[in-house]
Amino acid sequence: MEELIKVKNLNLFFGSKHILKSINMSIYKKSVTAVIGPSGCGKSTYLRCFNRMNDYNGAKIDGEIMLDGEDINSKNTDVTKLRMKVGMVFQKPNPFAKSIFENVAFGLKIHGKLKTYEIENRVEESLKSVWLWDEVKDRLKESALLLSGGQQQRLCMARALATNPEIVLLDEPTSALDPNSTRKIEDLCLELKGKVTILIVTHNIAQAARISDYTAFLYLGELIEYNETKLIFTVPKDKKTEEYISGKFG
Amino acid sequence: MKRKFIEILGETFLRLSIIISLIFLFLFLFMIFSKGIKVISWEFLTRMPRSGMTKGGIYPAILGTFWITIVSIFIAFPIGIFSGIFLSEYGKPKWLVDIIKTSINTLSGTPSIVFGLFGLSVFVIGLNLKVSILSGGLTLAILILPTIINSTVEAINSVPFDFREAALSLGATKSQVIRNVVLPYAMPGILTGTIISVGRAAGETAPILFTAATFYSRRLPKSLMDEVMAMPYHIYALMTEGTSPQYQIPIAYGTAIVLLILILFINGSAIFLRYRIRKRRG
Repeated sequence: MEELIKVKNLNLFFGSKHILKSINMSIYKKSVTAVIGPSGCGKSTYLRCFNRMNDYNGAKIDGEIMLDGEDINSKNTDVTKLRMKVGMVFQKPNPFAKSIFENVAFGLKIHGKLKTYEIENRVEESLKSVWLWDEVKDRLKESALLLSGGQQQRLCMARALATNPEIVLLDEPTSALDPNSTRKIEDLCLELKGKVTILIVTHNIAQAARISDYTAFLYLGELIEYNETKLIFTVPKDKKTEEYISGKFG
Repeated sequence: MKRKFIEILGETFLRLSIIISLIFLFLFLFMIFSKGIKVISWEFLTRMPRSGMTKGGIYPAILGTFWITIVSIFIAFPIGIFSGIFLSEYGKPKWLVDIIKTSINTLSGTPSIVFGLFGLSVFVIGLNLKVSILSGGLTLAILILPTIINSTVEAINSVPFDFREAALSLGATKSQVIRNVVLPYAMPGILTGTIISVGRAAGETAPILFTAATFYSRRLPKSLMDEVMAMPYHIYALMTEGTSPQYQIPIAYGTAIVLLILILFINGSAIFLRYRIRKRRG
């Protein structure tokens, strides 16, 4: 498998608290990588390193995250361009209080340069890719807040996909959803990985097993084990991993 | 049994409070309207005062209040909103911002006559703007600025962080987040604050006493540098300096009715505007 991102000796501190401890890990192109671990292990914070969303909470970071041969933590990185390449979907569906169309077009419009018909095409394409097009094509001008929770979350995925990112970060995207909507998002991940790399944080171990190709187990800020999902779930090397996936703690 | 008793007692108390409030409101409206309604007519609204202010209309006062209010809003609205945005989004360090916010709060509690004195010394005399619409508008602008800044800061702070995060994660710059996400969401709240200020600016007497208002004017204002009649001051003047109270007191009450209806109209249209914005975003 081809590498998209390489994390080298990543450490993160909030004040004197050492949250992420010397993480080394590769993320492979066009695959689904799951990050699992008990609450408070730092998995969401870790995810936010990949699009520099920790810039706003006073975190101190050292180590490298290489994407396309550049360290995204470098001072020269243009975070607005980085975030076009690295999309994100959050735990709670958070569409803007704008129309369905404007939500998906948001990323395209703020970066400018595209003509109206190009934006329209991309919006349609993105909505189709998250299987939302047929449900909303007649009501693109309606407020996105009128959609159901599951639809909103897929809209957020469409919004993240509209700028054609190389990787999408999913931060527990189904934790606020009902089982049916969850199922849809999971199926969607499997479908989308042909086009885009997916890094998903989940507290749902079964979900990681169902949809991911690689699984990383994070515990108290340390990367305990990282391997192909089928190996992690059948022959874990570390005792902690085994205990966690068999439900002994967490 | 005892819990149920407390429950009933509590509800009765709350009900009584609202009844008392309504009684006062009703009495208030009744007094004003019963004393002033008989002078209200089309002529009252559209004509100049006549015969030593015992007859005729209050058209110049309506016009004066209108212009003073418009000037103050045009000055205070942009400055207030931009200050509010700066304080909540860009202001650093935090302790200095906190001091500024506290000062603004204090300013908003300052008696309005103090603003009148300030306007007199700075605008009327200092900048030599004379007693004029401009001086009065500027003075009122300073009076309502704290309200607009405060409501802007509060409205911006109430924007859920989720929205900012979503916009940032799509590669928006800070100013794009503010323009595209924060301000549209905060706008109804900002408008509410501004509406309250419009009503206040239109109704204040003390700040325009030395800066804009005149007891009687033979002609309508031609420019921002003219002094004008204004409704609140007209009421004050008729009640304190009037020479034929039997005619002038009803005119004062009539003016109060017009002022009340004007403020009701301003607030109503702003509430309607806010409703439209909220409805549009669903």
